[in-house]
Formats: sequence, structure tokens, C-alpha cells
Amino acid sequence: MDASVEAAVADAHRREWAFVLAATVRVAGDIDLAEECVQDAYARALTSWPDQGVPARPAAWLTTVARRRAVDLLRRRAVHDRVLPDLLVEEEPAEPVAGDRPGVPDDRLRLVFTCCHPALAPEARVALTLRLVCGLTTAEVARMFLVQESTMAARITRAKKKIAAARIPYRVPRLEELPERTDAVLTVVHLVFTTGHTAPVGADLVRADLAELALSLARMLRLLLPDDADVAGLLGLILLTHARRSTRVSADGSLALLSDQDRSRWDAEGIAEGLALVREALTRRPPGRFALMAAIAAVHAEAPAWSATDWAELVGLYDLLVAIWPSPVVALNRAVAVGFADGPEAGLAALDRLVDEPQLATYAYLPSARAGLLARLGRDDEAADAYRRALDLTDNAVEREFLRSRLDGLGGPPVADP
Amino acid sequence: MAEYLVLIYEDESAYERPAPGAVDKMMEGHRLFGERHADAIRGGNALQPSGTATSLRGDGGGGFAITDGAFAETKEALGGYYLVEAADLDEAIALAKEIPAPFGGVEVRPVRPL
Repeated sequence: MDASVEAAVADAHRREWAFVLAATVRVAGDIDLAEECVQDAYARALTSWPDQGVPARPAAWLTTVARRRAVDLLRRRAVHDRVLPDLLVEEEPAEPVAGDRPGVPDDRLRLVFTCCHPALAPEARVALTLRLVCGLTTAEVARMFLVQESTMAARITRAKKKIAAARIPYRVPRLEELPERTDAVLTVVHLVFTTGHTAPVGADLVRADLAELALSLARMLRLLLPDDADVAGLLGLILLTHARRSTRVSADGSLALLSDQDRSRWDAEGIAEGLALVREALTRRPPGRFALMAAIAAVHAEAPAWSATDWAELVGLYDLLVAIWPSPVVALNRAVAVGFADGPEAGLAALDRLVDEPQLATYAYLPSARAGLLARLGRDDEAADAYRRALDLTDNAVEREFLRSRLDGLGGPPVADP
Repeated sequence: MAEYLVLIYEDESAYERPAPGAVDKMMEGHRLFGERHADAIRGGNALQPSGTATSLRGDGGGGFAITDGAFAETKEALGGYYLVEAADLDEAIALAKEIPAPFGGVEVRPVRPL
């Protein structure tokens, strides 16, 4: 097989999967059937493109093939069942080319709102979005959530069955329904982004494809809901965080903390766009959780150097965030900010109030943050213990390497590879 | 169109000593719901308290174990139902939001046509 054709199919899979699937669901009237047809279309591309050449618009080609297959299968099923498929959508939407009509939300948004329907369990919403909108395999989604592939397959199958049996509609909610439907979507998009920003497992720190996908989903939501402060906040947060992507890993592949990153290499354009969105999101009172998280990212983005970080401002923002979103992870980040604003003793005191939080029991950032504070206080033995505990809880190779180098820097006994 | 069974689950003890006017208000709510959605409602009724229920389970050999009480003992018991017609789950949920259930809530179950 021609390597360039294979690369073109892989590229089309990464970039156009959601688009092709979303456009096919409209015709198939059934997510499972659409998924099967889209998979067929990609398989057909692998055999057709070497002879015919890669089409000018791969998404359009794939969509046409997948939809034709869906119509074909539906007809056959109709003959077999002697009933007409009642969900068949005859109306043909405009030429299926991604980005064809900027400003008009496309079928992908329907797919997102269907996957994030409140009638589905929260863990199923994320799994379905990653599987159907992002085109990840069930195995990949399972790895991301640290569960067995069979468990994840069952979870996805159950959710798809519910969509079909309960008739969860394939559409963007009406304007008056949007407020109660949007938060679920924002939560999923945010989780996709954080999963891409720091991959829970694997050799790479950043899964750029997931982060980019979350960014494009957030942009799409912004087009649909231009006046929604939470959407502005989430898009701002993603832009400001994503602006630091190229500096988070050094040339040698090791993790670079915020304090050591080369700020001149941050994406200035992304930061400018993000800052404008943060200002807009903060005009709503009281500010929402994504607006506050974006404001925190903005404080870092605006500091010309690590030493110039406004830690008092950060602690104030974390206080507001904890008040509306009392998550132990937010409290942990607040404690770290306190450690810089008021000194390591104060940070450690704030952190020690969190040690019994069950949600943090397996969270590596708790012991690693403790280790950092203990090291600054010169309590090296305790710091070494905390770094070792963090290593036990970390599966990402880049993060492991970082923790090991910190531990070695303390002069404690070396750590063996797992 | 599809059919959904909307099951009303409530804390029965709340009805033993209801606040003055609470029951009247609820009945008025049902009357209004019935009026507003006469086209969508295929059926519905209130049930006697779960203490009046009798459960049967076949023993596999042609006999039955007959017991006093509901199938599952829960704090909130099934107390009434509506059978409604709706285009999709969102429409069914919009209908279900209007059904009074001051001491509990409702469950929306798609009917599986056989």
C-alpha cells in the first residue's frame, strides 16, 4: 500500500471522523448503523484511493460513501422487516464540506448534544463523545479512564441502546432548553481538553489531537452560543492553557514547569484571544466556574516572568472558585498558590487539610505538591517520601521522569524503574 | 411518535398528614396537566398505597409464591402513572416536568412496542 494514501486516510480519520459520522447519522437515523457505515467508508478509502487517487475533498467522498451504504442497508432492512424505516431523513443537507459555511453550526454539534444528553450517565457522556465525536477506539477510551476494554465497550453499548430505545433526539436543543443542556457539554469538552493537555497514561505528555479537538468543539459552541459567558470562559481557558503547549516539554523531552517555561515561546495570538474572552466572561455576575478558571490561567499568561506572578490575585480567584465549585482538586491548587503567596508553611497547612479527601487518595499531584513545599522548607526526607508516593500514582512517562529527577535532586536513595 | 410511561414515585408517609391544601393543590395540578395535554395523554391513574399491593413470583414448577407488599420496598413508592405520546425523549421530559409530584419525582420509561 502506498504510504501517502495510508497517511491520507489516517489524516481524514483524525480530522473528519466526527463530520462524516454526524452527517451519516442524519441519513441512518441510528448511531450504531451510522458508525458501521462510516467504518466501511474508511475501509473502502483504503482500497479505492490507491487506484482513483486521494479525492480533493476526502470528507465529502467519505460522507457520500457512508450515506449510500446507510441507505442501502436501510432499504434491505425495510424489505426484510416489511416496514418502512421511520427515522430515515430524506432531506439532503448542503454539500458536506467541513468549514464550508463558517458561522453555521454543523451536524457535529447535534452529535455532541446527543452524546452529552442529561438522560445519559455522566461517564457515558464523556465516553460517547470521545468514541463518536473524536473517533477514538473503544480501547483508547478505556485506557483513558483506566478501565477494562470490555467494561468500556459495555458502557458505550448501554448508552447507545438507551439513545435508540428512549429516542434521545439527534438535534441541537431549542434556545430555551440551552442553558440546562450547555453545562453538560462544557464539562465534557473540558474533560477532553484536560485529558489531551496531560495524558493520564502513555509516553507523551500532551495528546495534541485531543486538545485540538476540544478547542474546535469549544469554538463551535462559541459560534452557536455567542452570548453565553460559560462558553466564553471555557474557550478562553482552553486558549490560554493551550498557548503554553509547546513549552511544557523541553527539547530533551522532559517536563518543564510553569516556573521554567520560556514565556517568549508562548502563543501570543492565542493568549490575546483568550484574554479578551476572559474579560467578556467576567462581566457576568457572579462569574461562573469556567470564567474563574480562565481568569486564573490569564494571571499566569499576563505575568512577564514566573517571579512576577501575582499570587495574591491567584489566591483570591481560587477562593471565589472554591466557593462555587468546592472540588478537592481546586482546593489543592489553591493550597499551592497559598504556598507561593504566603510561604511554604502556609501552603503546607492548607494542603494538610486535604489529606483525608477520598477523591485525592490516588491523585499524584497531592503528594508531589506536598513534596515541593517540603523541599522548600528543607525537609528533604519527608519530601523524598512524598515524591515516591507520587511516582507510585503516576502512569505518564514524562511526568514520571520529572518526579524521578526531583527525587534524585534531593539526594535521597535512587528509585528503581517499575 | 413513541409512547412513554411516566411513573410517579413519592414518599407515601407524606400523604398521611399532608399540609392543609397540599392534596387539593396536587389534584388541581393533575387536572390542569390533563387539560393542557389531552392530545398526548393515552391513559393514567393514581394507585392505592403500596401497602395494598400483592406480589407474585412463579416458582418455576407451576406454583406461585404470593406475598404481601410491593416488589421492591423503597422509601418512594409507585403511586400513579401516565401513559403519554411524544416524538422523542426531550418532548416526554418536557411533559413529565408538568406532572405534580410534590413528595418525590417521576420516572420516564420508553414503551417497547411489541
